[in-house]
This record gives sequence, C-alpha cells and structure tokens, in this order.
Amino acid sequence: MKIIVNIGSYFLMLQKVFEKFTKWSVLKSLIFKDIEVLIIGSIGIVSVISFFVGGVVAIQTALNLTNPLIPRNLIGYATRQSIILEFAPTFMSIIMAGKVGSYITSSIGTMRVTEQIDALEVMGINTYNYLIFPKIIALLLYPFVIIFSMFLGIFGGYLASVLGGLCSSAVFIEGLQIDFIPYHVQYAFIKTILFSFLLATIPSFHGYYLKGGALQVGKASTTSFVWTSVVIILVNFLITQLILA
Amino acid sequence: MIVVKNISKSFDETTVLNGVSAFFEKGKTNLIIGQSGSGKTVLLKCLLGLHTPEAGKIFFGDNSLTDMNEKKRRLLRQKMGIVFQGSALFDSMNVEENIMFPMRMFTTKNDDEILDRVNEVIDRVNLTNSNSKMPSELSGGMQKRVAIARAIVMNPNFLFCDEPNSGLDPKTSILIDNLIQEITKEYNITTVVNTHDMNSVMEIGENIIFLQNGKKEWEGSNKDIFKTDNKPFIDFVYSSEILKKARKALKES
Repeated sequence: MKIIVNIGSYFLMLQKVFEKFTKWSVLKSLIFKDIEVLIIGSIGIVSVISFFVGGVVAIQTALNLTNPLIPRNLIGYATRQSIILEFAPTFMSIIMAGKVGSYITSSIGTMRVTEQIDALEVMGINTYNYLIFPKIIALLLYPFVIIFSMFLGIFGGYLASVLGGLCSSAVFIEGLQIDFIPYHVQYAFIKTILFSFLLATIPSFHGYYLKGGALQVGKASTTSFVWTSVVIILVNFLITQLILA
Repeated sequence: MIVVKNISKSFDETTVLNGVSAFFEKGKTNLIIGQSGSGKTVLLKCLLGLHTPEAGKIFFGDNSLTDMNEKKRRLLRQKMGIVFQGSALFDSMNVEENIMFPMRMFTTKNDDEILDRVNEVIDRVNLTNSNSKMPSELSGGMQKRVAIARAIVMNPNFLFCDEPNSGLDPKTSILIDNLIQEITKEYNITTVVNTHDMNSVMEIGENIIFLQNGKKEWEGSNKDIFKTDNKPFIDFVYSSEILKKARKALKES
C-alpha cells in the first residue's frame, strides 16, 4: 500500500516541479552549480571505471575464444556491443545512482532536517522547482558522460587487447566496424536520457520527503540508491523490449 | 498585527491546538510560551501557513490567511521574516549570500543596491567583516544573528522566531533577545517569538500567550507575571523548588 502512495507522491512531486518557476537568474546559477557537481564531478570516476571495464570485457572475450574457427576480431565486436548497448548506458547509470543519487538525496535530505526547505517555503519559493528542476536540467548533459564512457570503455578494450597481445590493432578495429548498426547508439542514448531523468528525480523524492534526523538521511540515501537502481533496471527492460525486440 | 480566532489543529487522533485565540500586536514582541508538546510550534507553523488549521481563522491585518489562495499566500510570505530554531542557514552559501538570497529572489534591485542593503543589516546585527564566512565557521549566536539579518533584509511586516535562544549560553541569549526587541521597535513590526526560556519571557515579553495541552491558559505581559495566580502558569514559571520558595518569600515580604 505504501508503495502506491509513494508512486502517487512521486508523480505529484513531478507536477509541482514544473509549476511556478524560480527567478531565471537564480535558477541559472543553480543549474551551473549542479552541472559542476553532478556532471563534471562524475567524469573522473566514469573514466576510470569505463576504461578498466572495457579492458576486462576484451580480455574475457579473448580468453573464451578457444575455437580457432572463431575470428579474433570478435574481441573488438564484443567489446563495442557490450559497452554501447549495456555497460555505458545502464551499468554506468547504476553506478551514478550510487554517486549522484546519494549526493542528491543527502543534500536535499539535510536541507529538510535542518529546516532549510521550510525556510525556502516560508519565503514563498516553490521548493520543488528550486531544488529539483536544476538537477533535471543539469542531468540532461548526462549523455555526454555516457559518450565519454563509451569511448573510454572501447579504448580500454583496445589497449588491453593490443598491449596484452590478444589481437592486433587492425583486427580489433576491424571487429569494431563489423555489423555496426548506428541505431544501437540511438537506442543507448534514448535509454540514457530516460535514466538521467530517473537519476535526478527518484533521489530528489527520497530527500524531499525525508522525515527525521541525520540517521534518516543515511537511510534515505541507501533507499534512494536501491530504488533508483531497481527502476533503471525495469525501465531498461521495458525500453529494450519496445525498441529492440 | 495578527489576530488568531479560535483555531484548532489535530494530527491523526491527537488534538494539538484546541480553540486557541490570540492577538499579536504591532511594534511589540509577542511571546508564545509553554512546555514542550504544548502546541506552540504548531501554532507558529499555522501562523506561517505551513500547517492549515481545521477550524478557526488567522488574520494578517485585514487579510485572512486561512481563506487566501496560494498566490496571495506567497505574496504575504514575502512580508514575513523567519528565524528558525536551528537558524536554517543555507550551508552552501556564505553569510552575505544567505542574507542577499531573499532580495535576489524577490526584488529587481541590482547587485550594488543589494550589497548595500546586505551590509546595512550585517552591521545592524553586529556581524561586520563576516560577509565571506560560511555558516559552519560561525558560532551558534552568530548563526542566529545571520538568520535575523536574513529575516529583516526585506523589511518585513512580520517577524517570527522559533526558539531563538535554543543552544545558546545565557549571555548570548540575552543579546539575541535584546536584538529581536530592538529590531521590533526600530522597524515597527509584529514580532512573534516562540520560546520556553524564562529569561526571554522576563526580558522581552511585552505580550505573552501561555499554552498548555493545546489551550491558551494565560495571557499578559512580563510585568503581570508576579501578580498572577493562574495555577498552570505559576507551575510552569516556578517549576523548581528554589523558584517556588523564592516566590513564596517574595509574596510574604
């Protein structure tokens, strides 16, 4: 029953986010601040994870190519497909649910428990718009992070393959080009845009409606991570079914 | 002035306010006092429009808060200044940004004009040279001063303070009390202070409402405290044995 109430509250929250907009000059500075924290601040971790996961995908693919009839260019092909279709858009979003989502929940939640949200409300500000809208806009740049992740993931795979002697540079690049379907990239970005919206709004919901004190801020961050991940996985399934199946 | 007419508020099965009426005068420091759980914070939140009472009305001048639509309520809120119990300063902003925030949100003044006004109120609350400090670098008393500065920067008609002395030492508490009273006179505003600090009651209580179990039990000024025989109020004020003995001795003498 509680879950239905929460889903209802989530959609009502979304409606209020797009009502009575905050003054543009203020909103603009909030958006830039959020871009810095949520997007630019995530590039480091995204780069490291993508690079090494790309390398691991290439190595594991190569290790499983025991049949001499299977061409070695499959390493590049498998790396590309894994990174573009799933790793960069979906699994990176789950990692971001931990990094960005926890930040959003704890920052809004702390504002709630320290009465900062009450202070804003009493000033006559639409706190939903003031707190959540800039995060939604900032995370519209999230696909750029994913482009970065895709590039570094494939580059990691390339270096692991070539430097590790798994295949030559030419063979890996040939694998990257085999059966390339540009629509798969579109599919990845459609998913990414949806995930970016979820990444901004689900953690905001958990922070905004938080009740209690410091302990509850920690609990809400965990709950927000769990729910954001679950919803991302479910939406991923639905989108894949709708677009690719 | 603010007029509260017979308001009631419940949460689930618990009645927190039960037919409370009050009159908060302009140019005076009006105090709501009572034990923890007596309903004073709920009354304050009803005045702020954060809670809607189930019965009764609240008038700000001639305008009924309870009958206002959301737009009018937002406009009224811009005439209110609030000092929260924990100061509620925006911890991502420094002192100057905290104070200029309402002006940036609701005025069309340019940065120089805003900064002039901000410096004026910073001087008024004796926080000169603290403009670039972050809230975490300030003491409790300084945080309260910043909160007061933020509350008065827009020249409000109404000032609300929720437990402004909580967590402060007695000397700083008196300084904050005096600052609130001075500002009330200077700006000629209606100030409502929610407290259970008896020092504040004695120091600045020009109009006091005493709540117990969601009902108004006593009303008067700090000068009336020694004269009253209202039992619940006396039990609250003279809560310790020492104070009871002191009162008895005072009466006998």
